[in-house]
Amino acid sequence: MTQFAAYTTSTGEAFQFWVLGTIAVIGALCTVFMKKAVHSALCLAGTMIVLAVFYLANGAYFLGIVQIVVYTGAIMMLFLFVVMLVGVTAADSLKETIKGQRWLALLCGLGFGILLIAGIGNASLKEFDGLGQANANGNVEGLAALIFTKYVFAFELTGALLITAAVGAMVLTHRERTERAKTQRELAEQRVREGKHLPPLPAPGVYARHNAVDIAGLLPDGTASDLTVSKTLRDRGQIRDVSAQALSDLKALEQRAEDRLERTNSGEGSK
Amino acid sequence: MNPVNYLYLAALLFTIGATGVLIRRNAIVVFMCVELMLNACNLALVAFSRMHGNLDGQIIAFFTMVVAAAEVVVGLAIIVSVFRARHSASVDDASLMKL
Amino acid sequence: MENLIALLVAAPLLGAAVLLCGGRRLDAVGHWIGTVLAALSFVFGAVLFADMLGKDPEHREMSQHLFSWIPVEGFQADVAFQLDQLSMTFVLLISGVGSLIHVYSIGYMEHDERRRRFFGYLNLFLAAMLLLVLADNYLLLYVGWEGVGLASYLLIGFWQHKPSAATAAKKAFLVNRVGDVGLSIAIMLMFTTFGTFAFGPVLASAGDSGEGTLTAIGLMLLLAACGKSAQVPLQSWLGDAMEGPTPVSALIHAATMVTAGVYLIVRSAAIFNGAPDAQLVTTVVGAVTLLFGAIVGCAKDDIKKALAGSTMSQIGYMVLAAGLGPIGYVFAIMHLVTHGFFKAGLFLGAGSVMHGMNDEVDMRKYGGLRKYMPVTFVTFGLGYLAIIGFPGLSGFFSKDMIIEAAFAKGGTEGWILGGVALLGAAITAFYMTRVMLMTFFGEERWKSRPTASPEEPSAEPAAEHHGAHAEPHPHESPKVMTIPMIVLAVGSVFGGAFFSIGDRFVHWLEPVTGHTHGHPPVSALTVTVATVTVMVLGVGLAYLQYGRRPVPVVAPRGSLLTRAARRDLLQDDFNHVVLVRGGEHLTRSLVYVDHTLVDGVVNGTAASMGGLSGRLRRLQNGFARSYAVSMFGGAAVLIAATLLMRAV
Repeated sequence: MTQFAAYTTSTGEAFQFWVLGTIAVIGALCTVFMKKAVHSALCLAGTMIVLAVFYLANGAYFLGIVQIVVYTGAIMMLFLFVVMLVGVTAADSLKETIKGQRWLALLCGLGFGILLIAGIGNASLKEFDGLGQANANGNVEGLAALIFTKYVFAFELTGALLITAAVGAMVLTHRERTERAKTQRELAEQRVREGKHLPPLPAPGVYARHNAVDIAGLLPDGTASDLTVSKTLRDRGQIRDVSAQALSDLKALEQRAEDRLERTNSGEGSK
Repeated sequence: MNPVNYLYLAALLFTIGATGVLIRRNAIVVFMCVELMLNACNLALVAFSRMHGNLDGQIIAFFTMVVAAAEVVVGLAIIVSVFRARHSASVDDASLMKL
Repeated sequence: MENLIALLVAAPLLGAAVLLCGGRRLDAVGHWIGTVLAALSFVFGAVLFADMLGKDPEHREMSQHLFSWIPVEGFQADVAFQLDQLSMTFVLLISGVGSLIHVYSIGYMEHDERRRRFFGYLNLFLAAMLLLVLADNYLLLYVGWEGVGLASYLLIGFWQHKPSAATAAKKAFLVNRVGDVGLSIAIMLMFTTFGTFAFGPVLASAGDSGEGTLTAIGLMLLLAACGKSAQVPLQSWLGDAMEGPTPVSALIHAATMVTAGVYLIVRSAAIFNGAPDAQLVTTVVGAVTLLFGAIVGCAKDDIKKALAGSTMSQIGYMVLAAGLGPIGYVFAIMHLVTHGFFKAGLFLGAGSVMHGMNDEVDMRKYGGLRKYMPVTFVTFGLGYLAIIGFPGLSGFFSKDMIIEAAFAKGGTEGWILGGVALLGAAITAFYMTRVMLMTFFGEERWKSRPTASPEEPSAEPAAEHHGAHAEPHPHESPKVMTIPMIVLAVGSVFGGAFFSIGDRFVHWLEPVTGHTHGHPPVSALTVTVATVTVMVLGVGLAYLQYGRRPVPVVAPRGSLLTRAARRDLLQDDFNHVVLVRGGEHLTRSLVYVDHTLVDGVVNGTAASMGGLSGRLRRLQNGFARSYAVSMFGGAAVLIAATLLMRAV
């Protein structure tokens, strides 16, 4: 690290910037344009790791580690949980529904970006100081000194903010139970009283030909029953059809079984 | 290479994030794009910190991360409860506030 | 003694309340209650009169304060009465003639099932009229003024089942409203000018204020008088008011109420004395009405309408006299009193004739009635002689005085006014002789009535109502009707002489109205001779036209003037064209302006706002992303602005 004002960084850092910078931009673009939310999340995680490397390169060692631990470790995992809750495999249509929205968005984005870059280019930032002096006693110590002196009030406030956010999240996702939960006995008795579907729900999959929870099982008369598929998948509309091929296979199987039984019958008859 | 390039990169990422917010309908993806914008800002702050030779920029970036964490918690909770109520995570479906 | 004054008003007011609230159980005795209470009022008046005669002429004024009506700082309205010689004259005339007409009505309204109500209205009228002349301030006078208007409305429309009567009542009420507005404005002007509206302070300090103010007040008072006394231009209601029962026409529309305007002018003498312009207008109004009424009276075949024209004309004489100032006030009131007698008598006579002729009012279907109704003929005849100014009878004295005073006005004005008054006297003689001849002389046209004549231009609604084919059987009226007529006839004969000999009436009223002797350019004798001459000329002309030749049952077409006069000299057409049509056009154009311009601006603003909002609301599509675009665009603009500012 240079101690004094400099105009350029090392060649290694420049190389690293151009390579990782490209990756970061690609990751960001993929975040925006991937159809599936889970892919977007993964791409974003990649971009964030790249950014963590950049933090480290800029002398922000603490922030670099925090970026990896908190952002990619905690926040992105939170995203993935929610994505799973909402539907991992659900692909969004990228077709625009609001008239003119896409063009307006692109126009604004383009204009905004050009203006921003023009603004940066306009500012005369030819030389920089570097963090050698600031990080002399170690980056974490330097940050700590600032946080607990100059920024102590803001720091305390962020603590309060985090607690509030935690409570808020609980309040938002918590469902108030207005009546006592029914015991298993009461549920069983209710089911008998109502007289609907006493036995356990049928299992999915057709004659175990598919090891799949998203294919409806067939009833004895050959029709598919949605009851066999988990409620979550039903809500997401992720039930796969029992294909005609499978049905014809089934028919063939039954035919063969019948033939065989007949033969057995006739064999016995001939004896 | 001048560290100002980090600023150009931050501006680019920010713009991409903002455009994503405007284009995508899935609330989770929109939220991810917001995170991307926040991260772009953080990168700029860290670069500023280096250019000015003091740690204040890093402190601000640190606070941004904390606020972003809190925001993510609340935002995702909102998305979950909206999904529970409407079985949809599309921001366009929550468009009742119109004439 | 002062406490009796309130009883003058209270007696008929009590009668009205009892009769109108008493209901059907009073039907049998209602007319007696009404008559007795009216007579009681007259008795009180007579007692007060006797008391007044016993006092020194300068200290005859009495007053009675009943209570404070509106006791507010700076605005004191009292219910208080003032009885001086002028009021006394009216009290005696109103209660006296009123009582006689009450008696007459007992017979006249005998067959009307709503007789009790009729007497209740008559009592109400008496109370209001007495309040009008007894009030000691203009506000209370206004109460009485409106009260007589109400009573007049109720009585004109008494036979409300007849559309013509209902319309006539409405017309009288509406036209009177115009005059009433004048009176209310006059009162407001007085209050702002003098700070009070009591007679005493207002009239005492009238001379101190400017002539312009006095002229304004005077003209407004004149407008009020025109409305109430049927003077041009507010005269149109009086002819139609004859739709009411004949006693009403006699009492209200001949003897008392229509003279209220003259009372108002004479009472406000101090104001008019200070406003020569208002006085001039008053004389002009009087002179025009004098001729107007006389001409209308010549053309009418309806006996009551002919008499109504005559009333208008005679009140024109009074207004003319009142406009002349101190030389005329006394004579205006004197003519008012004598006119009250003979015109009431004439109307009662006309009512008696109608009573005997199945309520026929068309004089062309009368004729030769003197044989059948001797008492009516004699009383009517005496009234006739009185009104045309036959020497020695009351009309001769009072009218002669007015003509003399008109000449005494001096200058060109005096000659013109005097000439008009003389001409009026001639026409009066003409049309009254015409009435007399057509009714009581000539062939009996009611006998040989052509059956089912298809067109009867002058057929009156009353005639159709009672069946045009039933041949009447003329007969004398009962005593209860003839006695009042006889009393009034006696008054018509001797009243004028009694008042004039020794200038009794002048001395009687002088303390109130003041009096100056005019100096006519010609001698009094000349005027008298001229008056008698033109009277004889008028009678002669009428005799030539209606006495020598048979009167056609169906009115001839007549000249342009005759036809116009039959239509009341086009007064209704004038009102219709100028006021009704003009009003309609004004309202239509106002409505048009309102609809197109005002509403157009308002609706246009609303519509353009609505249209603009309708387009702008498309932006509010509910999509969070659209809002985000606008925010993002806004941020871009902000950056651009910042950069621009830095560049500059």
